Amino acid sequence: MTMSVEVEALRKSFDRRNVLVDVDLHIPPGEILAVIGPNGAGKTTLLRIVDFLLRPDAGAVRYDGRDGPADPEARLALRRRISMVAQNPRLFRGSVFYSVSYGLCVRGVEPPELPIRTLQALEAVGLVDRLHARTSDLSAGEAQRVAFARAVVFRPDLLLLDEFAANLDPANARILEAAVLEYNRSTGTTVILVTHDMFQAKRLANRVALLYEGRIIESGSVIEFFDEPGDPRTRAFVRGELAY
Amino acid sequence: MAGDIVDITLLSLYVSSTSTLVATAVAVPVGIALGLREIGSQRLLKNILFTLYGLPPVLAGLLVFLLVSRGGPLGPLGLLFTPLGMVIAQVVVVTPIILGITMSVVSTVESRLKETAFVLGADAHQLRVTVMREATAGILTAVMVGFGRAISEVGAVFIVGRHIEGQTQVLTTTIITDIEQAAYGHAIAVGIILLVIAGLVYSLLYRLQERTLQ
Repeated sequence: MTMSVEVEALRKSFDRRNVLVDVDLHIPPGEILAVIGPNGAGKTTLLRIVDFLLRPDAGAVRYDGRDGPADPEARLALRRRISMVAQNPRLFRGSVFYSVSYGLCVRGVEPPELPIRTLQALEAVGLVDRLHARTSDLSAGEAQRVAFARAVVFRPDLLLLDEFAANLDPANARILEAAVLEYNRSTGTTVILVTHDMFQAKRLANRVALLYEGRIIESGSVIEFFDEPGDPRTRAFVRGELAY
Repeated sequence: MAGDIVDITLLSLYVSSTSTLVATAVAVPVGIALGLREIGSQRLLKNILFTLYGLPPVLAGLLVFLLVSRGGPLGPLGLLFTPLGMVIAQVVVVTPIILGITMSVVSTVESRLKETAFVLGADAHQLRVTVMREATAGILTAVMVGFGRAISEVGAVFIVGRHIEGQTQVLTTTIITDIEQAAYGHAIAVGIILLVIAGLVYSLLYRLQERTLQ
């Protein structure tokens, strides 16, 4: 299963500071879109609105062409098709098994399916041997990989990645990037990746958009965006010259 | 005498543990709801709660006494000078303590954890259960403090129970009457029993707490 996402004229401000200004984006089903931009550009706010953690001041997000439903049951059903990995994820206290299987438990998945799918998710990030470890004993890299396994274990149709490998060493980052590509390839899940790492965007995305001072400056295929940027701000960002 | 002490100890345990259980049953769900900000008029409720938090046990005893005395609204139930009346008095003292600590513990469970559960698809009830699980050690602390207050409480149980021989004598009121009668040796012995009971109960709860932190 997969999902299309349309963001239309999205606006959000905090304390009179405009964080998102008329943001428009269309993400077709199965695409990996990288939203890049400097710190404070509004990337995380955009993801949090898409994932119902924030309400926009204006504009709309459409999922498969439909607005987010007002009915709580329907909204919960939609929320359960979406997952997110944060930059500094919070794992639950207890075992890795509990943390990873959480999303299955809240969806009513029971044994024998529950442990099988939990193991599969951990296998994808190379951490089957840490199944019974306590989350407090994990290294930062392992914790981030567990958080990724937890986010995909219930097979979301839309996966939101918020600087998901920003704090990792290259080896752990590569494991996670490989897991993202494999997950997208095998399930067709739509992925919105927020990062300020241009190299990661090149490695993972089909399309890239630059978000700068709350506005989408430019978007295009990876080749168009990095090799033939149309906007001077995109050129400056790609060259590492855009003032943060 | 030894038989008396056993009876007094058993009644102390009955009154304190029953009142702690009742207070826990009331205070923990309300404390969780307050901690999660699910209940309106938060400021008013918290002000009332913190006032009750410092409620002097003798005042609680007086209130319950007026409630259960012959002319009071619960007078016909015949609860005055009974262990059940003492339980009610201790519930009044202990409930705000457990409630207040539970509320604080739940409200300090990181908002990031609540967000995580939300993002992973938890509904309102599942979110509550998840927060409760994370706050288990803190909630156990609240129960421990509540029990500590109950077992060591003297003013309220004295007013409502009146320390009637063979009926409403508990360890703390026994110490008071022993001192009045200059039976210091007996008072010390009863004090040691009180200390041992508190130690045993606390070590049990501490083990439970440690297990939940793993």
